[in-house]
Amino acid sequence: MIPSRWFPAITVMAMVFFAGAPLMIARAPYESTMGLVQKIFYFHVPAWIAMFSGAFVCGISSGIYLFKGKKVADHLAVAAAELTVLFGLIGLVTGPLWARKAWGLWWQWDARLTSALILWMIFVAYQLLRQYGGPGSDKLAAGMALFGMANVPFVYWSVNVWRTIHPTTNVVPTLVPGMSEAFLWCSVAFVLIFLLTLSARVKLESHRAAIDRLYLSLDD
Amino acid sequence: MTVSRFIRVAWLIVKKDLTIEARSRELFLTTLFFAVSCVLVFAFGFVSDQNPIGDAAAGILWIAIAFAGTLALGRAFERERYHDVLHALLLAPVDRPAIYIGKLLGVVCLLAIVEIIIVPLISLFFQTPILRHPWLLGGLLACGTLGFASVGTLFAAMLVRARSRDVLLPVLLYPITIPVIIAGVRGTVLLLQPEIDVIMVRAWIGMLVFFDVVFITLSLWTFDPLMTD
Amino acid sequence: MVEPPVFAPTVKNVMSPGQLSDDFDCLAFEDVSRYFGRMRALSHVSFSCTAGEIVGVLGPNGAGKSTLLALAATLMSPSAGRIRYGNHGTHERGGNVRANIGMLSHDTQLYPELTARENLHFFAGLFGVQDPASCAETALSRSALSVRGDEPVMKFSRGMRQRLALERALIHDPKLVLLDEPFTGLDDSSSKSLANRLQGLRDRGRIILLTTHDFEAAEGLLDRVALLWDGALLNVEPVTGSLHDHYVSHTGQVAHTVKVSR
Repeated sequence: MIPSRWFPAITVMAMVFFAGAPLMIARAPYESTMGLVQKIFYFHVPAWIAMFSGAFVCGISSGIYLFKGKKVADHLAVAAAELTVLFGLIGLVTGPLWARKAWGLWWQWDARLTSALILWMIFVAYQLLRQYGGPGSDKLAAGMALFGMANVPFVYWSVNVWRTIHPTTNVVPTLVPGMSEAFLWCSVAFVLIFLLTLSARVKLESHRAAIDRLYLSLDD
Repeated sequence: MTVSRFIRVAWLIVKKDLTIEARSRELFLTTLFFAVSCVLVFAFGFVSDQNPIGDAAAGILWIAIAFAGTLALGRAFERERYHDVLHALLLAPVDRPAIYIGKLLGVVCLLAIVEIIIVPLISLFFQTPILRHPWLLGGLLACGTLGFASVGTLFAAMLVRARSRDVLLPVLLYPITIPVIIAGVRGTVLLLQPEIDVIMVRAWIGMLVFFDVVFITLSLWTFDPLMTD
Repeated sequence: MVEPPVFAPTVKNVMSPGQLSDDFDCLAFEDVSRYFGRMRALSHVSFSCTAGEIVGVLGPNGAGKSTLLALAATLMSPSAGRIRYGNHGTHERGGNVRANIGMLSHDTQLYPELTARENLHFFAGLFGVQDPASCAETALSRSALSVRGDEPVMKFSRGMRQRLALERALIHDPKLVLLDEPFTGLDDSSSKSLANRLQGLRDRGRIILLTTHDFEAAEGLLDRVALLWDGALLNVEPVTGSLHDHYVSHTGQVAHTVKVSR
């Protein structure tokens, strides 16, 4: 992950980006139909971007852990899964808030939203397995993550086809030039936060494993 | 390990499972009864004199299969866990994926028989023309059940040595098999319409076939690492 | 402690079962440890067994005996260290190694709904025996269960199940025989016949590793004894005198050392 000596630099960068975000968002033009509410978009979509990155990282590192047995991959998978659930939660909360104000409903069964929800639930299930599965659940959870990743295209395709039978209003507006800068700014901010928390969490896991090893070597 | 030995081992395991089932009939009867209860419970939720049940029958069918299937999978592997027989199987000098295939086919056979009984029952209870296109319905059910069971067999096997395995199996299984449920329900709903859209039904069956191929392959690939402690 | 024999360089390719059994005359644990998080089941265990001997692993409950057997049976992989079967490690074609291992576990590992004959027939086929049907018959007659061959195992008594389980474990005539507490719940005559059977196997050049905390039943049976305490191997020594003496002479010392609290 991020080497320790870059931590301070990247933290400062992330803070700058987050500090600047409200300014960028305020400067962005109002969307024609939704007005102020649309600006949740600048948090909502980057949160989903972070979630998908987390899901992707978890899937890959789970595969490495399952077949190669590298402990580091397991630490990465745990950290990525937790972040997937966290950022997914942000996305799932901001989405309905936006939808309620913009279109008057809390939830819409559109393809992207539903697929994202299902992917989020897969990683919640991953967490439950790790928490309550007892010893050996790290390998089992790795298998679950792999299956979850393989599932993504099927979920998207089937939900997509399902929804085209019942057409609904389109969710994401087209990006007007003024908006794309703010969007990019916020996306970078979220990605930096994602990388930072991922590295910190992986470090925590490595420390925990190191303490276990110390306990074990105590009696030698 | 040669292909013929692989097939022979899988067949040994299927035969063993079917023999035990034929003798005790425990899994079959309990799964069947549970599926029927499911259908009834849902019926009380949906049936009313004013509104015909319509497309809900398709949903009820697939939910009953999912619930009953989860139960059957849990029990099938509980049988291997009892008296620790699973370890004896894992000690055998065979390609471990052969064990997976054997158990998978056993579960699919069981669910197939349950479905053969449930589907006419649904047609009867809800007066829906679900049997109007038996081949297409059979295709949907076959591919969907295989997809559901392929993931379920792997998860049930890997959870044998986990704690809280009873509740974790549905927790893990349902999110992954959502595409199967969507395809199954949507395809069945199309079959209930007066004019069926054969192309669309075939598209759903196609997706299910693709799902089956991908997930059986993935399960074969991950079965050995997941079963080794 | 016996030094492991010097081996030829290991071969990484697929070995045919025949080739494997020719040089599978030794089981060696090389600095094997097995951990579960912070719980240490086995710690730096090194010993070996050669063909034609019966080694007993003695120790109290929780010492790690079952873990040691599970590792030897390839059901678990070590957290550290290696286990060698003759010239080959487990990672080299696990299936071939398993073809030469037979294990009798705590549980009977039999299907209660199937008959004795069906159980043996199934496992014989699974373990690649040439003629499963006749092999099952031989096994049934050897364990004096031919009369009850068509009864479901759930109707058997504990002793009968144990006899049948032993036949199941040995149905493919393995080189390495692992037994986990085989004397539990057996009466005197059954214990005696089991001991005779094991001695017969030993005389035919098999490697036999068993765990027990029943010293009486194993008296006179073991060639060497390995003493396990809290996951660590205290000593491996040839048996002289009673097993109880061996056990007390080592564990008596250990009981006096101060254990660091966790």
